Amino acid sequence: MSDNLINIQNLTFGYGKELLHKGINMEFQRGKVSAIMGGSGSGKTTILKLIGGQIKPKSGSVSIDGQVVHDQNLSGIYKLRRKMGMLFQHGALFTDLSVYENVAFPMREHTDLPENIIKDLVLMKLNAVGLRGAYKLMPTELSGGMARRVALARAIALDPDIIMYDEPFAGLDPISMAVICDLIRTLNDALGATSIIVTHDVAETFSFADYIYFVADGIVAAEGSPKQLMASKLPFVKQFIHSEKDGPVPFHVAAPSYNSDLAL
Amino acid sequence: MKSLTNFFEKIGYSVTRRIQRLGTAARLFFLILISSGESFKRFHLTMKEIYFTGVMSLVIIIVSAFFVGMVLGLQGYYTLQKYGSSEAIGVLVALALVRELGPVVTALLFAGRAGTAITAEIGLMKATEQLSAMEMMAVNPVGRIIAPRFWAGVIAMPILASIFSMVGILGGYVVAVIVIGVDEGAFWSQMQANVDFRYDIVNGVIKSLVFGVACTTIALFEGFDAPPTAEGVSRATTRTVVTSSLVILGLDFVLTSFMLGG
Ligand SMILES: Nc1ncnc2c1ncn2[C@@H]1O[C@H](COP(=O)(O)OP(=O)(O)OP(=O)(O)O)[C@@H](O)[C@H]1O
Ligand SMILES: [Mg+2]
Repeated sequence: MSDNLINIQNLTFGYGKELLHKGINMEFQRGKVSAIMGGSGSGKTTILKLIGGQIKPKSGSVSIDGQVVHDQNLSGIYKLRRKMGMLFQHGALFTDLSVYENVAFPMREHTDLPENIIKDLVLMKLNAVGLRGAYKLMPTELSGGMARRVALARAIALDPDIIMYDEPFAGLDPISMAVICDLIRTLNDALGATSIIVTHDVAETFSFADYIYFVADGIVAAEGSPKQLMASKLPFVKQFIHSEKDGPVPFHVAAPSYNSDLAL
Repeated sequence: MKSLTNFFEKIGYSVTRRIQRLGTAARLFFLILISSGESFKRFHLTMKEIYFTGVMSLVIIIVSAFFVGMVLGLQGYYTLQKYGSSEAIGVLVALALVRELGPVVTALLFAGRAGTAITAEIGLMKATEQLSAMEMMAVNPVGRIIAPRFWAGVIAMPILASIFSMVGILGGYVVAVIVIGVDEGAFWSQMQANVDFRYDIVNGVIKSLVFGVACTTIALFEGFDAPPTAEGVSRATTRTVVTSSLVILGLDFVLTSFMLGG
């Protein structure tokens, strides 16, 4: 049993002709909380989709526990996914099911548990995200932050080995944010799960992640423990940590010069 | 010269795109068939969809059927009366409904009511990443979401068509017998004597089964294939109605010519 549960090697990927990822290397260690940070549109969500086998890399590989994800057939990929939980950026709750049924969904699909045990488990998961009282509501009756917490409860419904969080903090108030931070840490340590967090939130991430990857221009621009990164002299990292406007990370999507667009 | 090649390029593009879509639809159809196990093993999933699609279309189908039946009664009576055979009105109404109008009009109404709802629902589930989320939970969305809706449509259609025919006949009865005063005994007995179970009723049921397969496949495919945006979904909904209607009418001609010829 190696320490690296997930291994990404020389990964390249692009939706169109242009490459979004130009050779990414990442290792996610068993039992650790790792974070992926980077500007909007830098392809963080896409990396999670590559790990989940929803899309195939152009070249390079993603392997989980020594198994290359995109070499598996569909049932092989499904087997891998049974070990994963994923929190989607926008929640992706099933709109025709209540909060309770959303969290119960993975249990009903993958286990034969009797109804009373499912009920206990669902309420326990909802309690963990502070929404036990909302179990009867429909997803349309939830606020954005609440929906994300329900999605989190659903992602951890089957106590997965790998938990991927796509922006778990976006749209949360400071209190829920602290609660979710704690929860991620607890889940990770109590279940021995391996967590991958995609986030923009520098302060929170630096306070509790074990290892951080910065993605920019399609490659890993910097990596290290929070301590190492804090001490980093890389201008890119400094810009991100101190949220400076000017620096190597451009705010604008690549475009011809403004003057030429305005036909000046 | 340039515009000419452009013209051909455009035609070529739109033709290949159509063929490609047809291919995708066929592929989805086969995926549905091979992922159907769950729809029957966990029949309550299908039952729920039958309930939704059926109940959704029931009111519009009953109301339309009643009016169609009354119009048939009126028109039929005035034509038949010229030849002195107004008692045959019962046969006329029943045959028109069971053979043609029941299956066809039901399918058209179904496409407009349930078909569009299915397309919008699937399209939105895709746009809001619900299908993706399901895949990530190692649940096949074709088996869990698409197939139960498909079988629900296929099962609901013949039932709705039968209801349409029955209510239509009732509408014809009201106009012909109660309003105009055609002899009641003749109305029913002629109908009973001349409507054949094998050639009329079974053929009508076969038609509505085929329409059920076509309508739901189109609605599901359009939703599944819609661009994941609000605009994409609304366009897909419109396409569901247009395509379904054309396919229903075309298929009806083909089926009728086989049934009358065979
Ligand atoms: N399904 C898709 N088809 C085509 N292009 C896509 C698709 N999904 C994402 N992209 C493009 O890929 C790029 C990266 O998208 P991704 O969602 O991975 O970014 P992200 O790093 O998660 O950004 P954010 O922080 O804003 O969520 C974007 O420029 C986006 O336009
Ligand atoms: Mg993202």
